[in-house]
Amino acid sequence: MSEYIEHDRDKISVGIVEKKLFTFAEPPDEMVLESGARVGPLTLAYETCGTLNEDKSNVILILHALSGDSHVAGYYTPDDEKPGWWDNMVGPGKGIDTDKYFIVCSNIIGSCMGSTGPCTINPKTVLPYGLDFPVVTIGDMVEAQKALMVHLGVKKLLAVVGGSIGGMQVLEWCIRYPEMVVSAIPLASTTKHSALAIAFNEVARQAIMADPNWNDGEYYFGPKPDMGLAVARMIGHITYLSDESMRLKFGRRLQDKSDFSFNFDADFQVESYLRYQGKKFVERFDANSFLYITKAGDYYDLEKQHGDGSEVKAFSKMAAAFLVVSFTSDWLYPTYQSRAMVKAMKKNGLDVSFCEIEAEWGHDAFLLPNARLTAVIRGFLERVFNQSPK
Amino acid sequence: MRFDLQIIASWIEPGTRVIDLGCGEGELLKYLINHKNVTGSGIEHNESRVTLCIEKGLSVLQGDINEEVLDYPDNAFDYVILSQTLQQVYEPDTMIRSMLRIAKKGIVSFPNFSHWRCRLQLLSSGYAPVTRQLPYEWYNTPNIRVITIKDFRKFIHEVGFNILKEVAINTQSEDRYGKAINFLRNLRATYGIFLIGNGK
Repeated sequence: MSEYIEHDRDKISVGIVEKKLFTFAEPPDEMVLESGARVGPLTLAYETCGTLNEDKSNVILILHALSGDSHVAGYYTPDDEKPGWWDNMVGPGKGIDTDKYFIVCSNIIGSCMGSTGPCTINPKTVLPYGLDFPVVTIGDMVEAQKALMVHLGVKKLLAVVGGSIGGMQVLEWCIRYPEMVVSAIPLASTTKHSALAIAFNEVARQAIMADPNWNDGEYYFGPKPDMGLAVARMIGHITYLSDESMRLKFGRRLQDKSDFSFNFDADFQVESYLRYQGKKFVERFDANSFLYITKAGDYYDLEKQHGDGSEVKAFSKMAAAFLVVSFTSDWLYPTYQSRAMVKAMKKNGLDVSFCEIEAEWGHDAFLLPNARLTAVIRGFLERVFNQSPK
Repeated sequence: MRFDLQIIASWIEPGTRVIDLGCGEGELLKYLINHKNVTGSGIEHNESRVTLCIEKGLSVLQGDINEEVLDYPDNAFDYVILSQTLQQVYEPDTMIRSMLRIAKKGIVSFPNFSHWRCRLQLLSSGYAPVTRQLPYEWYNTPNIRVITIKDFRKFIHEVGFNILKEVAINTQSEDRYGKAINFLRNLRATYGIFLIGNGK
C-alpha cells in the first residue's frame, strides 16, 4: 500500500493514540509456526481507539497491508506530520465510527513496525535475527493476532476489516475462528496471488537481494540495502497504480524542466515520483521485513490450505456475513478474484454483499477517501451491529 | 412504495427467505425486512444502486442476474422476485428455470404489451408503441422482449411450471396507487404479476 495519508480535510480525528505492545510466547512456550519452526518471545504492536462497550460486542479488528502498521488513525503527538494510514475511514462519525465501535488495529509478526520480525534482537544470539527469523505465513500472523485478542479479553469480533494482504488475514480469521467473527470486510483482496502478483513481488525481492549491502540479510550494523529496497518499493508503486491513474497523475510531463536532460537524471514526473516514494520508504521500512511479508502473501492459498484445492469447500468453514469490495482499476488484485470469492460464499449460503467500486487509482483505491466505500462500510457495519445479539 | 411492489409484498409470507433479482435501490427488500421480517438479499447490476442498497443495510451484490443466479444452491430461498425485469432478459426460459431451482416460488411482474394503448398506437399510427410503462423508442429500449399477460401464461405452461396466483393491475409506472383488473385483463391491465411454482 501507498502513502497517500493526508490530514482529514474536515479536521475530524480520533485524536491522540498510542502504540501499544503485547509480548507472548515466552520460552519454553514458543509459538509453533506453520513451517514447524518455534519462535518466541513474540511482540505484537497494536493500537486501539473508541470505547469497548459493556458486553464487548463492538470490537472491530483492522488488519493492514504489506507496508502498513498498527497506526490506523489519529496522531501519536499533536505535532505529527501525518495521521494513521486509514484516518479518512476511522474516526468519530466516519465510516468506521470510533464513537460506536472499539477499534483494534494489529501489526503482523515479521514486520518492522514494533512487532517481532527479522530486525528484532534474537534473544539466543543477542543479535538481530536477520534471515534466522523463520518464514511466517498469513496463518501465523492471524494466530499471533488471536493471542492478542485473548490478551484483550475479546471473544467476539463484530467485524474484521482489511485490504490487500490485510484482506487475506481477514479471510484467514474467518476460516480459523468462525465462531468469533460476526462479519468480515475484505477489500481489494484475494484468496491467492496471481502469477502476476507473485512476479512483481519476486522482482522486488530480487532488487533487495541484489543490493551488495543486503549481505544475506546481515546489514543491521552497517550500510543498509537502501537502493534495493527503494527499487522494490518503486515496483510496488507501479502495481498499486494503474495505466489510467498514471496517465492522469503524470502523463509524460517533465519534472521541473522544459526539456530532456540528456542524462539519466529523473526527467519525467513519474520517475521523480517513484524515486521519491522509494527514498521515503527506506527511511521507515526494513528490507528483510519486505522479503518476509511479500513471501507470506505469495504463499497464501486459501483453497489449497483449507479446501483441498476447492474454494467452495474452504468457504464452507466460514460463518461470517461478508462485504466484499473490489475496484475497477485494480490490476494487482483484480475484480475477478473478488468475484470468485463471492461465488464460493454464495454456494455456501453465506450472507454476502459485493460491489465493484469505480475508481481510477488502482489497487491503492481502498486507502483513498472515497464516499461510496465509506458509505457501504458504514451501512454494512450498522446492519451487523444492529443484528448482533446484545 | 410502488403499487406493483405493494402487491408483491402482500404475497410474501412473513419470516421467509427472499431474493430480489434486479433489486434497484432496494425499496421492496427494505420493506419486506422491516414489515415481514424476511431474510432478504438482492442482485443489482448498477454500481450506484448497489452501494445505495448496502448503505441502507441490505445484503446486495453487484452482478448480472443471469450469471449470479447460477451460484445459489437449490431451494436456497422461499421466494425469488423478478420485478419488471423479465422483458430485459435474453433467455427467459433459462431464467425462469434457474429461479425455480433456487427458490420454491417465483414472483414475476412485467409491463403488459397488449394494453389497449399499445394496441391502439400500433393500429392507428403504425409506429411501435411508446407508453408510460414502456417509454422507449425501438432503438433505445432495454426491453428486448415483448410480453403480454396471455403470452406469459402460455409460456409458464410450456416451460412446465404452474401459475399459483395472478393479478393484473392498472397503474402508472412509478405510482403508489392503482387497481386490480378482473375483466378483460389482457386489454386493460398495464402490468401483470404472477406467482409461479413447480407444482410439487
